[in-house]
Amino acid sequence: MRDFSYLRADSVEAARNAAALPGAMLLAGGTTLIDLAKCGVAEPATVIDISHIEGLNAIDVTADRALIGALAKMSHVADHAEVKSLFPAVSEALWQAASAQLRNMATIGGNLMQRTRCPYFRDPANFPACNKRELGSGCSAIGGVTRGHAVLGVSEACIATYPGDLAVALVAFDAEVDLGERRLKVEDFFLAPGATAEQEHDIRPGEVITAIEIPGSAAARRSTYIKVRDRQSYEFAAASAAVGLELEGDGRTVRDIRVALGGVATKPWRARAVEDALKGKALDEATIREASELAMQGAVDHGANHYKIALAPRVIARAILKLGETA
Amino acid sequence: MTVHDVKHAASDSARLEAVGGRLSRVDGPAKITGAARYAVEQQLEGLAHAVLVDSTIAAGKVVSIETQAAKAARGVIAVLTPDTIMKLSVASDWFGNPLAPQRTFCPLARDVTYCGQHIAVVIAETFEQAVSAAALVMADYDQAPALVELGDGTAGEIISIEGMTKEWGNAQAALAEAPVHLSAVYNTQRSAHAAIEPHGLIARWEGDRLTIWEPSQWLDGMARTYAEWFGIPFENVRLVSPYIGGGFGSKALALAHSAVAAAAAKMLGRPVKLMLTRSQNFTSYGGRATTRQTIDLGADKAGRIQSIIHRGVSEVSLEGMWVEAVGSITSIMYDTPNFSSRQDVVRLNTVLPNPKRAPGENPSAFGIECAIDELAHELGLDPLEIRLINYAEQDPHAKKAWSTRQLREAFAVGAEAFGWAKRSPAPRSMRAGHQLIGWGVAAGAYPVQRAHGEAVVKIMFDGSVEVESSSIDMGQGTYTILAQTAAETLGVPVSQVSVKLGDSHFARAGVTGGSRLAGIMTGAVHKAASQALDELIGLALSDPRLPFHGLQANTLAVKDGRIGSPRGDGPELSIAELMAAVGRDRIEAKGDTLPAGTTAEERYKNYTTIAMSIPHTEGDYSRHSWCAHFVEVKVDEDFGTVRVSRVVSALDSGRLYNPKLAESQWKGGIIMGIGEALLEEGIVDRRHGRIVNSNFADYMLPTNADIPDIQTISVGIPDPHSSALGGKGVGELGIVGVAPAIANAVFHATGKRVRDLPITLEKLRDGAEARERGCE
Repeated sequence: MRDFSYLRADSVEAARNAAALPGAMLLAGGTTLIDLAKCGVAEPATVIDISHIEGLNAIDVTADRALIGALAKMSHVADHAEVKSLFPAVSEALWQAASAQLRNMATIGGNLMQRTRCPYFRDPANFPACNKRELGSGCSAIGGVTRGHAVLGVSEACIATYPGDLAVALVAFDAEVDLGERRLKVEDFFLAPGATAEQEHDIRPGEVITAIEIPGSAAARRSTYIKVRDRQSYEFAAASAAVGLELEGDGRTVRDIRVALGGVATKPWRARAVEDALKGKALDEATIREASELAMQGAVDHGANHYKIALAPRVIARAILKLGETA
Repeated sequence: MTVHDVKHAASDSARLEAVGGRLSRVDGPAKITGAARYAVEQQLEGLAHAVLVDSTIAAGKVVSIETQAAKAARGVIAVLTPDTIMKLSVASDWFGNPLAPQRTFCPLARDVTYCGQHIAVVIAETFEQAVSAAALVMADYDQAPALVELGDGTAGEIISIEGMTKEWGNAQAALAEAPVHLSAVYNTQRSAHAAIEPHGLIARWEGDRLTIWEPSQWLDGMARTYAEWFGIPFENVRLVSPYIGGGFGSKALALAHSAVAAAAAKMLGRPVKLMLTRSQNFTSYGGRATTRQTIDLGADKAGRIQSIIHRGVSEVSLEGMWVEAVGSITSIMYDTPNFSSRQDVVRLNTVLPNPKRAPGENPSAFGIECAIDELAHELGLDPLEIRLINYAEQDPHAKKAWSTRQLREAFAVGAEAFGWAKRSPAPRSMRAGHQLIGWGVAAGAYPVQRAHGEAVVKIMFDGSVEVESSSIDMGQGTYTILAQTAAETLGVPVSQVSVKLGDSHFARAGVTGGSRLAGIMTGAVHKAASQALDELIGLALSDPRLPFHGLQANTLAVKDGRIGSPRGDGPELSIAELMAAVGRDRIEAKGDTLPAGTTAEERYKNYTTIAMSIPHTEGDYSRHSWCAHFVEVKVDEDFGTVRVSRVVSALDSGRLYNPKLAESQWKGGIIMGIGEALLEEGIVDRRHGRIVNSNFADYMLPTNADIPDIQTISVGIPDPHSSALGGKGVGELGIVGVAPAIANAVFHATGKRVRDLPITLEKLRDGAEARERGCE
């Protein structure tokens, strides 16, 4: 951890100006930045504390959309009555993320900026090679301990898993992130590594996340988030699925379905092949299981993470079956 | 450390306070309110802060260390390397055997034998400055090939531990003749102690006197090590360890980082504080060693075991020796006419493993207690029934009577409380929705380890009582049970007793490990308190100014802090009144449990080494604690995730000095067992020898959500052959047998036998081949 300057921004505009400085990093809840600074990954020249900016922590939910300020705490969003009733997958994803202490500190904007838990990324002293830290230095994970690594969206440069839960639900329901001058789909805000593993987010110097907006939908209202892991709590997903379902009047035929995956891909992963295969179909277990397998098209394993290829479709299927049962 | 101001709820009865009462921990309020001051929370004038630099290779030589940038950094006082740190003498081992008196000991390594070995230290005015500068120290290595994984135990330097060979009958021939065979290999993983309080210390020199504030399970042993390292008299070292935030076996020895801090303090002439980071708590000292054991069982068709052949191997570092004795209870669980067990170790580029709760017994149980379950399945017998068919009525190895063995009772009582009779025998025959339900049982044992202890008991002028001992309380309840022992022996309320522990200048004590402390120290305190009481009564009877003088009584009794005739008729004085009347400010007695005629040298050896431990099979008896665990698991049929949903354990630890504390220790052991069965593993990168999950987010300890209600039932009876007051070991026992009970329950739930711990979800996926965890 090296010395840094500390600036406190009292307005979004001040934060944007400061964020344009070289080596500047934003501090909100601090649960990611402090952690990464301690393990030597983040070395900010300037830390800009935005946690005191007023008006950025509002949560405003109508049937049409949820508008969530970037400084809203994970725990507040998770416990928000309308989020729970109109966007249950969002609330459930948050409840199953991190620990109570972290959820009380961490913000929604910061949550989107969470970095991977790849142990090689997080240990620069022992593993100098990491394309995510320094493009061109190589990937220590490939050939190493890969049990937690991604099978979807991987490249030869990087196989690090996107670790979060919330963004998986956001991607399923076409949420957008407000960067001021620009608005992006959350799905596009996250970047798969390709040949540029160091770029995880489409965010430019001087841009500050101010809010996310989730469009309301029947599928969002009937949604769930299932997270599978060895430990009951406080563990990143071995595989997770955010699923929303809208049925026709017959109570069996799929009008709309949303499926996104966590824990298995380099970014929050929308499984459109599964959605397309099920739209217009009458739901039964065999159909659901067969369609869920389509999520793994193009999956590449690195040995110890092979199990994820079989596991993820089962998580999707369980989520759809659960929603179908609540008809 | 003194636990003052112990106020008990009005409902606490005298019975609660006596030995055997369910008194709550007397140190609890201080811990809950934050008043408890741990060793490294000591505030000292002029304290400097040390941060270690560790090797990033597992084998090779440190060619050079670049320290200029670090030395120039703000606040830095010194950067020490293998070339510049002072050389120490080599200390003797924990039996007191000198290792290499002619050689010197350099606590920073030039020759690297494991990843994470300390190679330099930065000392600065503040902790932050030291952290910042340590990142500037750059080492250049000449790297050598490293062997970092035990694998199948055939690579690397293999050493046979001949002293652990156990043989009787003709195991090979009997196995060949037996109509039923079982052969299986069981693996247990490297696991960490993961104490919440990290290792660390403050070292301060005053001339040639050294004071160390450091969490310690063995003050006298560690003080001896410091004295030998620096060539100063034992008496010149004072170790202070008032509370320990979890030890589990890891805090019994002074380690390399301890030597670094003490050497730096001496070189700089300033007190130095050094704390290991959380990551270093996974790499600087070893946890439980990886083990592998092969078990061959031969039985007749009725399930009677005819032969057991057991071969075990555990990992050890290139330097030093630690054997994870996987055959330790294989020989005592079941009656068999033929037996053979051998143990090897393999040298790897890893840090020296350490004893962790029930070292040896715990992985040993995973082998034999899974194997007997497999045999039961093969024969179509109930897992409980096969254990009773093969019940050992005496120690099959030592051929001696058990001191006490309430294992049959544990099986019966545990089965009844669990509802075992309702178990559907076939695997995969119980379910609830997507959850496959399994019930498993396993037994465990831990030997009674004994030595001797001493204690000082003081009756003060105001009637209060002080107990002093250099033994320690790492959460198991020493403060509490010693207060109970003194209170009961002297006839005073517990609230009048203060217990002082954790200072090596107090009456001496041996290691707190192997579940021996309670048995030893209650005996020593009982003896010291009895002597003090005799003196008090003697004073009362002999002083002509006192009302007891004319009673012609030959004794008096103390009850609720008041002294009078045993029948309670006649005059009565409080202890304070008596002390005032006879003009005494205190009565002090030192009691020990050593035999008369013990020499000073033997006493020193008793407290500072483990060489004087008394074998558990000494004399006519074989002494052990026993337990039986009954476990229910739920396994998700799609995901392979395992959740423990119920635990009922019946345990025989003899007489319990405080059942509430004993239950807490048993439950702690059971929880640790759940962690080792399902979650915990120090995962090593095969190429670098680095533990890649050296933090609490990635090293999976069970959370509260992973732990169901645990019911513990005591089935013990006082065991006069094991300790003065009839207790046997408590703390180590609870974990033994938990992992096999869970593995057996997982088999019952799924029909799949997992012989490699931890049982993670990918090992249970249906229809897919089990791939080895770790590297591709």
